[in-house]
Amino acid sequence: MFQELTDKLEAVLHKLRGHGTLNEKNIAESMREVRRVLLEADVNYKVAKQFIADVEQRALGQEVLRSVTPGQMVVKIIHDEMTRLLGEKEAPLVFGRSLPSVILLAGLQGSGKTTFAGKLARHLRKKGRTPLLVAADIYRPAAVEQLKVLGRSLDIQVYSEENRDAAAIAAHALDHARKNLLDTAIIDTAGRLHIDEEMMAEVARIKEATSPAEILFVADSMTGQDAVTTARAFLERLDFSGVVLTKMDGDARGGAALSIRAVTGKPIKFVSSGEKLDQLEPFHPDRLASRILGMGDVLSLVEKAQEAVDLEKAVKLEKKLRRAEFNLEDFLDQLQQLKRMGPLQDILTMIPGAQAKAFKGMQVDDKALIRVEAIIRSMTVKERNNPNILDGSRRKRIARGSGTSVQEVNRVLNQYNMIVKMMKTMKHGGRGMRLPTGF
Amino acid sequence: MLDLFKKFQHGLARTKSGLVEGVQRIINQARGIDEEVLEELEELLILSDLGVATTETVIENLRQRSRESGRIEPGEVLELLKQELIAQLGPGGQAAAGPEEPVHQPTVISVVGVNGAGKTTTIGKLAHLHASRGRKVLLAAADTFRAAAAEQLEIWKDRAGVEIIPSQSGADPASVAFDSLKAAMARHVDYLFIDTAGRLHTKENLMAELEKIHKVLARQCPGAPHEVLLVIDATTGQNGLSQARRFAEAVKVTGLVVTKLDGTAKGGIVFSIARELGIPVRYVGLGEKIDDLQRFDPQTFVEALFA
Ligand SMILES: Nc1nc2c(ncn2[C@@H]2O[C@H](COP(=O)(O)OP(=O)(O)OP(=O)(O)O)[C@@H](O)[C@H]2O)c(=O)[nH]1
Ligand SMILES: Nc1nc2c(ncn2[C@@H]2O[C@H](COP(=O)(O)OP(=O)(O)O)[C@@H](O)[C@H]2O)c(=O)[nH]1
Ligand SMILES: [Mg+2]
Ligand SMILES: [Mg+2]
Repeated sequence: MFQELTDKLEAVLHKLRGHGTLNEKNIAESMREVRRVLLEADVNYKVAKQFIADVEQRALGQEVLRSVTPGQMVVKIIHDEMTRLLGEKEAPLVFGRSLPSVILLAGLQGSGKTTFAGKLARHLRKKGRTPLLVAADIYRPAAVEQLKVLGRSLDIQVYSEENRDAAAIAAHALDHARKNLLDTAIIDTAGRLHIDEEMMAEVARIKEATSPAEILFVADSMTGQDAVTTARAFLERLDFSGVVLTKMDGDARGGAALSIRAVTGKPIKFVSSGEKLDQLEPFHPDRLASRILGMGDVLSLVEKAQEAVDLEKAVKLEKKLRRAEFNLEDFLDQLQQLKRMGPLQDILTMIPGAQAKAFKGMQVDDKALIRVEAIIRSMTVKERNNPNILDGSRRKRIARGSGTSVQEVNRVLNQYNMIVKMMKTMKHGGRGMRLPTGF
Repeated sequence: MLDLFKKFQHGLARTKSGLVEGVQRIINQARGIDEEVLEELEELLILSDLGVATTETVIENLRQRSRESGRIEPGEVLELLKQELIAQLGPGGQAAAGPEEPVHQPTVISVVGVNGAGKTTTIGKLAHLHASRGRKVLLAAADTFRAAAAEQLEIWKDRAGVEIIPSQSGADPASVAFDSLKAAMARHVDYLFIDTAGRLHTKENLMAELEKIHKVLARQCPGAPHEVLLVIDATTGQNGLSQARRFAEAVKVTGLVVTKLDGTAKGGIVFSIARELGIPVRYVGLGEKIDDLQRFDPQTFVEALFA
């Protein structure tokens, strides 16, 4: 079924070959298929609609590099946008200052909370923490016993008591943890429906009684359209801090995760992928984006497009260099490509004649890059093409426009000048020298 | 980035029930069926997890009917749509008539599905249903994998007031099934329910294990298991079709149980399952209590899409 969709997508995308830029017509055509792919992957109807509208906006007018089809270009843009939406940076667990640090798990029935509780306990112990599992599901038959069995197999303490008040159990568990010097309490709660007022009030009471540093919403990756309703209701009630995606060892495409992320804005912190307790993974937004879009086929398409984009840019750049036309726009482009390729120092060692020393302190990390981008974006086109005209007052204006300082603007310009100088020496370096891809 | 999320939240502000009202309003305005109405209906069906293919079929049929009959009164639009939807449920769309009778002594019913779908709970409810009609019921704790699965079934056995063949954690589920069937035959039991471990349909080894359980049952008592119920969680999206396909390939699935319909999810994936695989829906689960189970009624099920 899915192969079919991917084929169709590719067919449509193929048709687009040969258009110069992405325009409304060629985008709309591929977007219809993309929409279908998203809906088949369980991305919520409205989320898919909004997402497509956003991507269309971004794609419109983008130049299609000669070596890729407009379709490949669209797929790449979609993939990048989805990755961005799913979460650009890793979201590590947060621990509270007072002990024990509390992690509260909540979600629908059967979503995988108890199993994840065991996995998380094991994971945290490996990181040097001393977890306590708290059995606060007083409803599901043998739920406490289930957690006890997991605790026994891990040799991790489980706190439970005969009590009809889950919030009280949780509060007592914290006392127990303090007495026994356990630094993290993982509270396993009963599965509940978001429309069950009484049960939602209960979990809110557990929250109040334990002031968790993390509240994780545990969601089944096989969930369909209703994921948004549930996630929003849990968010309203608990203001959870992160999401856990379970049962990812199956073949569900996992579009629900995109929906949940879109409507809550909360990061996905873990991926649970199996019934055994060591099957816990950190979350990789790019992998999930590929999975939602249809795994390998589209992914390799994207990679191909990516390579082609890099290659084409490299070729263009080389030409520019030969004509000494390297401007600040190109500079920004280079920095962005470098970020993808790895540490700058490593790249520079690949360039004959480049002195890596000269680039010390020029780190291409995300934050620096954002500022550099802001600085360059604050320049006029004329300034970017012709950095020589950047006098003091222009620099001041740019600093103000980008929310940085004149010193920072100067630093960027110095780095740029250094590269231009280096390029000039390379230009005279004679034939046979090839620039590595991306530079 | 924050703005991005705001946009999504805003876009989703309209609730599902608001959606139904909106559809009705648009139908009234259009005074029948036009493209805008069809688009709204499409949204409603997709949001109920019917999937793109089934939704397109239903909408296309509706478009066809409106073309043929010339004019459709606003009051009739939803009625026609409901008819179309019931048609998608196929022969399974007809509610099973009369209380179920055992087809054999013992009538063996195996309950299968992915993890956490509601198998064990459904067995508890069905055991109660049959026991309250005076039938003799035995449960087989053939989920020997999940932590405390046997203890969970044990509690349901007590609630339903029936008997159980317990098992050791980690035991071979096929031999638990074998022992249970032997006991069921010796004790002249009416119904034997096999509680199997949850398994993802993509796991070859676990699906082979399920086949083996069923083979052992059939060898011992030709015709067994007489019913194989596949449990589908109503919140399941398009993956449900993949689940049904793989389970039906491995074992002879005779019916579906849709659980957790007491939530806001509509279980629309069963339209695709019924359409493609012809498997009828037998029961729906409507809660965690022992009598929160109902015989499937297509009319009610379809009505609920518009509730
Ligand atoms: N709200 C609601 N919850 C249900 C329903 N059916 C089952 N549940 C709950 O869903 C969870 C999983 O149910 P189980 O019966 O243990 O599911 P299972 O398929 O046997 O699960 P595994 O054996 O762990 O794969 C439990 O918390 C049940 O109480 C239902 O119809 N409605
Ligand atoms: N295949 C698979 N099964 C899982 C995963 N996480 C949980 N489960 C299973 O899903 C079922 C319900 O899990 P449980 O932890 O009891 O869910 P809870 O009701 O939310 O506490 C059990 O059968 C678990 O073994 C997972 O990542 N992959
Ligand atoms: Mg649990
Ligand atoms: Mg079970």
